[in-house]
Amino acid sequence: MTTNILLVGVGGQGTILMSKVLTAGLAQMGYDFKMSEIHGMSQRGGTVTTQIRYGDKVYSPSIGEEEADVIVSFEKVEALRVLPFLKKGGSMVTDEHEIYSMPVLTGKAEYPSNALEALADAVENFTIVPARAKAVELGNVRVQNICLLGALVKVLKLEAVDWNALLADFVPEKALAINQQAFAAGYAMLK
Amino acid sequence: MVKEIMSGNEAIARGAWEAGCSFAAAYPGTPSTEIIENLSAIKEVSSRWANNEKTALEMAIGASIGGLRSLAAMKHVGLNVAADPLCAVGYTGVNAGLVVVTADDPGCHSSQNEQDNRLYARLAKLALVEPSDSQECKDFVKAAFEISERFDIPVLFRVTTRICHSKGLVALEQPGEIPVKPYQRNTKKYCMLPAMARVRHAFREESLKELEDYANSCPLNKIEWAGDRKLGIVTSGISYQYAKEVFGDSASILKLALTNPMPRALITEFCSAVDKIYVIEEGEPFIENTVRSLGFACIGKAKVPILGELNAQIVRTALVGPTEQGGYSVDLQAPPRPPVLCAGCPHRGFFFSLQKNKKQIVAMGDIGCYSLGVGEPFGGFDISTCMGAGISGTIGLAKALEMQGDPRKVLGMVGDSTFFHSGLTSLIDVIHADANVIACVLDNSITAMTGHQVNAGSSKDVQGNEVSAIDLVAIIRALGVPDERLRVVDPLDLKAVQEAFNAAIAVKGPFVIVTKRPCALIKEVARANAGKHCQVDPGKCVGCKACTLIACPAMAFKDNKALVADPASCTACGLCMQMCKFDAISRVGE
Repeated sequence: MTTNILLVGVGGQGTILMSKVLTAGLAQMGYDFKMSEIHGMSQRGGTVTTQIRYGDKVYSPSIGEEEADVIVSFEKVEALRVLPFLKKGGSMVTDEHEIYSMPVLTGKAEYPSNALEALADAVENFTIVPARAKAVELGNVRVQNICLLGALVKVLKLEAVDWNALLADFVPEKALAINQQAFAAGYAMLK
Repeated sequence: MVKEIMSGNEAIARGAWEAGCSFAAAYPGTPSTEIIENLSAIKEVSSRWANNEKTALEMAIGASIGGLRSLAAMKHVGLNVAADPLCAVGYTGVNAGLVVVTADDPGCHSSQNEQDNRLYARLAKLALVEPSDSQECKDFVKAAFEISERFDIPVLFRVTTRICHSKGLVALEQPGEIPVKPYQRNTKKYCMLPAMARVRHAFREESLKELEDYANSCPLNKIEWAGDRKLGIVTSGISYQYAKEVFGDSASILKLALTNPMPRALITEFCSAVDKIYVIEEGEPFIENTVRSLGFACIGKAKVPILGELNAQIVRTALVGPTEQGGYSVDLQAPPRPPVLCAGCPHRGFFFSLQKNKKQIVAMGDIGCYSLGVGEPFGGFDISTCMGAGISGTIGLAKALEMQGDPRKVLGMVGDSTFFHSGLTSLIDVIHADANVIACVLDNSITAMTGHQVNAGSSKDVQGNEVSAIDLVAIIRALGVPDERLRVVDPLDLKAVQEAFNAAIAVKGPFVIVTKRPCALIKEVARANAGKHCQVDPGKCVGCKACTLIACPAMAFKDNKALVADPASCTACGLCMQMCKFDAISRVGE
């Protein structure tokens, strides 16, 4: 049994750090896994996706359409963009944060105002996690990713890992407490 | 055994280190860049960013002949640049092992084409090794160095984006002693003059026969038999993973990793034993053609796409049929999010000004961050081919426009790293041809697109050593460009850029513009700009939208007023201030 996770965000939002911490946790739990992060031009303000697959034995590193068990989106319309990858019955967690792309800023495209409503209508397991707002409230916008990690850990029931201890391997000591708070907040935001 | 989470590129670097590789050179290019970045962190391995892929490979060849296990790395199109030494070293062979990594990019994630570089192994008569995951990247690089020395042959080590940038657990071994083979003069082997080359060609043909014998029995090529033998799959590289994902243990698999020369006896043994044969490979029908040449009917490119990257789903749909998994859709479109020039990017000022001169200028682009200038709203150039072509291509285009009475002036552009890579020779052509073109070098002091690698203009090398920074303006002057035909400007000074264009358009013959301003994302630059940003005074803003014409991702327009929506990414570059006629934008945090 392989579980497929798709993370999506905009270049610079910290999807890569989130997937690093997650896979370190999966390794601790003894899972085989593969993680695929295609980067390059997408760093420059484009869409960034990371795919993580874990289970007893994982072959392919990539996820096709209608194959993701869980999607975590760092931005509202990015959730919309990757919806075709969600498997029937899968879970979607998204931040409500909006980042306007250049076509939107220049008036060539419109940023839909009802994306969250449309997603909530369509997807049974849909949760809005205001991780960016929480990160701002905690005092560092960059911990949005770890807040979303907390939510993802709850969805996948990966509580066997001491995530608070693991975070210490990935963030500087002075930022550890705020990352741990963000993780706990994200975890608590999921039912 | 210690296991570590590693990307394919990290694993290649680790494998090279474990194999005793002590010399490595590369030119940055996605998806290959992290190989040298990781190797350069190991002090025992002398690592260099070369000016281009050709010089990188030539450095590695020199080191190999000298007696050091050596590695050169490049993206697939980089191997085109290095094709000349590649084909020669196929004849000379090696002293210490030589591994050439080619990182192909099926799917064009960040490249101009999808060329399948396995074909180079046949052209240049090299051994070809194709790993299928991070563990094999590490293990097979070690095997590749052994093969290289045992058969006196360079090894082409072919990976793809999905392997380079995917991570998995890798079991580590300890690096051994660094071997140094004594250098011995051997002109019959290493001087490829015609008389010697003919002899070496004959040697190579013989050695390829021996290597094929090895390929038929070596552990890199193996058969995984299933319970029954109704279906047999021949595959290599990442495609093996997709085959396993789709067929699991239900099909027998011939997993190939040493694929030039092709292990024809092994393929024959396998194909003779199964009822039906699928060949699953990305890109060209490289394995398939061999299977067919051996007289076996098989299903390959007839069903498995030749275009783009494969995944398990594509393979399943092609060979098994679509699955009815079920998913979701909504009646809403996400707006496109193309990559853009960053907030504070110095190229923005250049492209904004260039666009204003479009009636008088036809522009050619090149490969680098400034490729992003092609998009809306700047439409910065008409043609982009490969590195260096942004300058040399102008010579032909200018002649063509002249012959059809088109009065527009042709402009070409390269970045600083691309200038050193191949733009310099192109510029020499422009000057020597006395071509009526504007050649621009957009110098942002770094190789930016691939993630900030140092280049010949830098004063430190990849391992932090102080080196001589090459002054590209001095080079341009040395080509005989007089001061009245050369402008060095700050691209964020719109007035200065326009004056340079005016001067360039006014004269006939070559004119060179160098824009100089470091990339806003260079650590030192970002640190100096930390806390600084622009701010719109809503009382003064009349909502004319002039400031949005520069397409800065930090700016937004809401409730009929401009605002700096993302002050954290704004660098206070001041371009929007130059656009505002109402003095509504100011710098804060200085």
